[in-house]
Amino acid sequence: MSPLQTDIWTLNMGPQHPSTHGVIRFVLKTDGEIIADADPDVGFLHRGLEKIAELVPYPSFMPYTDRLDYLAAINMNWAWALSIERLAGIEVPPRAEHLRVITAELNRIASHLISVGALASDMGAFTPFVHALRDRERINDLFEELCGARLTFNYCRIGGVSLDAPPGWFDRVRGFLDYYEPMIDVFNRLITDNKIFVERLRRVAPVSAEMAIAYGLVGPNLRGSGVKFDLRKDEPYGIYPQLEFEVPVGRGYRDGVLGSCFDRYMVRIEELRQSIRIIRQCLDRIPEGEIQAKVPKVLRPAKGEVYCRTEAPRGEVGFYVISNGEKTPARVKIRTGSWSAMSIIRELSKGWMIADLVAIIGSLDVIAPEVDR
Amino acid sequence: MKELLDQLIALAVEKVPLLGQAPDWVFYLLWMLVAGAALLVYASLIAGITSWVERRIAGRMQARIGPNRVGPRGFFQWIADGLKSLFKEDVTPANADKPLFRLAPYLVFTGMFGAWAVLPYSARLYAADLNVGILYVMAITSLVVIGILMGGWASGNKWGLFGALRSSAQIVSYEVPAGLAIATAVALSGSLSLQEMVRAQAGPLGILGWNIFKSPFALVAFFVYFIAAVAEGNRTPFDLPEAESELVAGYNTEYSGMRFVFFFFAEWANLFLIGAVSTTLFLGGWQGPLANPDTWWGVMIGAGWFFLKACFFVFVLIWIRWTLPRLRVDQLMAMCWKYLVPIAFVCLIGTMLWMSVFGDRAFFGLVAVGP
Repeated sequence: MSPLQTDIWTLNMGPQHPSTHGVIRFVLKTDGEIIADADPDVGFLHRGLEKIAELVPYPSFMPYTDRLDYLAAINMNWAWALSIERLAGIEVPPRAEHLRVITAELNRIASHLISVGALASDMGAFTPFVHALRDRERINDLFEELCGARLTFNYCRIGGVSLDAPPGWFDRVRGFLDYYEPMIDVFNRLITDNKIFVERLRRVAPVSAEMAIAYGLVGPNLRGSGVKFDLRKDEPYGIYPQLEFEVPVGRGYRDGVLGSCFDRYMVRIEELRQSIRIIRQCLDRIPEGEIQAKVPKVLRPAKGEVYCRTEAPRGEVGFYVISNGEKTPARVKIRTGSWSAMSIIRELSKGWMIADLVAIIGSLDVIAPEVDR
Repeated sequence: MKELLDQLIALAVEKVPLLGQAPDWVFYLLWMLVAGAALLVYASLIAGITSWVERRIAGRMQARIGPNRVGPRGFFQWIADGLKSLFKEDVTPANADKPLFRLAPYLVFTGMFGAWAVLPYSARLYAADLNVGILYVMAITSLVVIGILMGGWASGNKWGLFGALRSSAQIVSYEVPAGLAIATAVALSGSLSLQEMVRAQAGPLGILGWNIFKSPFALVAFFVYFIAAVAEGNRTPFDLPEAESELVAGYNTEYSGMRFVFFFFAEWANLFLIGAVSTTLFLGGWQGPLANPDTWWGVMIGAGWFFLKACFFVFVLIWIRWTLPRLRVDQLMAMCWKYLVPIAFVCLIGTMLWMSVFGDRAFFGLVAVGP
């Protein structure tokens, strides 16, 4: 009889696994519960968006950007609209700019709610997820009133937005903010302050600032590592320079390690408050006027190229667009936050447990449509 | 109860030929079959209704409604779900170890259900009063871990095996603090029989004699036992064997239809079992105001107390489950061996010292009478 021996085990996680947020697959090599290697296998949701962009006119690509990140569709719309506006030199009326900020920040709240709720549910607490969904539902109602859609909004237009706010809508947004601001504390009491939850995250999988930059992490994941970089501040667009808000960064919350899963989580929680602050300012100062600039019926931007990046909930989303004067772009490259977050998982998960891998995926807020495009 | 039964037996002996000459064990067997059937019905009702209660409470906690279509407030949902599962295809995976795969749910079920036989529902309401009752409970519920290990292994699924291994490590570890906490209660009551343990907790108002009031150590031991019992029952925050977000569904990933129901029947039956055993050991079982074991109405009131106390625990378990996140494997083990086991030891030794100094009087008694 041969002596007892241990073996590295190959394990298939996903694409149909409860905590791989969409269709993401990992081929795990584990030594018991300890992960030796987590090989990400992407592409299950690849739709060829960049190729589609070459085939449709500039304005017609807008609905496709909804599908780029269906949890934050308006931020994606805005990024596309902004790229083309820069390419074609279009000036956006101030009312439209304010509407864009309001909707984009509402959408950021909705997206972060899913993110923090899903992380809690990955940690085994399902109730916070449902509570997050309940609040997100109200945002969806507001959006439904505004543009008729609840998920894929298709709201921004090149040079403006598609619809003005219906009567009383701003008051209802304010009502939502008044309702929601205290709910953050309720949510914190339910899950953020929970001893088990903190212990599960606060020392797990820390990303140092150098490592985060080396892997090109963006958005809350980068800020979780203590790097104060937010495109809304550092490369401002829209009316963000006129607004007051802070950029929360990770600082080893709850005696944890800087850049741990808990820091990334806390950055999102803090960003919820900042988004509320931004929306309140916009509501106070939104001017009357046009919501759509004059844009030619068939848009043919002059020959040239542009790379335009904006701060979406999952970090920087950038469109690199080349125009050669036609009504369709010659080439479009999309850069998304989840892609770089996905690339760090392999390095990050080595030596942690399967339960931690779930925390890592959840705290990096990787979603499949952004990864695969 | 007993008189009624004797009359029934006398009637049966009269009517059925040859029964009068049957040896005693036939009556014993018949009695056991009747009691077993009654218990099975009772346990099924409790487990089924608990499933509905859990879903309703979870719905309330999560700002949604929960099942409300089948019957008043969805009360018959559990019947509908049970029937549906019976009619579902029972899939056995191609690479499963078929005999073991088929056997496993029954072991889990037997382990949970077997313990119901000795529960002291009331002074004269029980199926069996073994003189080693609590040992029997610990022994037969250990079958569950074998069933889970068997099911996870035999299903030929890696997630299933993960769940099974976690489960065995967890349940075997938590038996230690649970056993020590039980020993504390046994020391206070001076008996292993569950009925005797309850009788030993008689006291003023039917409340002050409870074991948790007998010494501060017993109060701590009660919490140790409760935590360990939750862990042995694979409930959140210790639901690692079936951790949905990590292991898909853990040991029962490959199960479907009837066999799946057996696993879940065991889980919900276990909720009541945890409550019942905690109640018996520490909260005075059927002892309570007006629960006089000598009159039939006192016995019924006792049954009511027992049921209420056990249901309180069921609610607490549901409440915990829908509130807390899950521990990680190493944290789970650390909690058991670093905290619960030493605390349980201190409780056991402390209780013994307490008893040797003050006797087994309740510490309320000490306050009133003085040492």
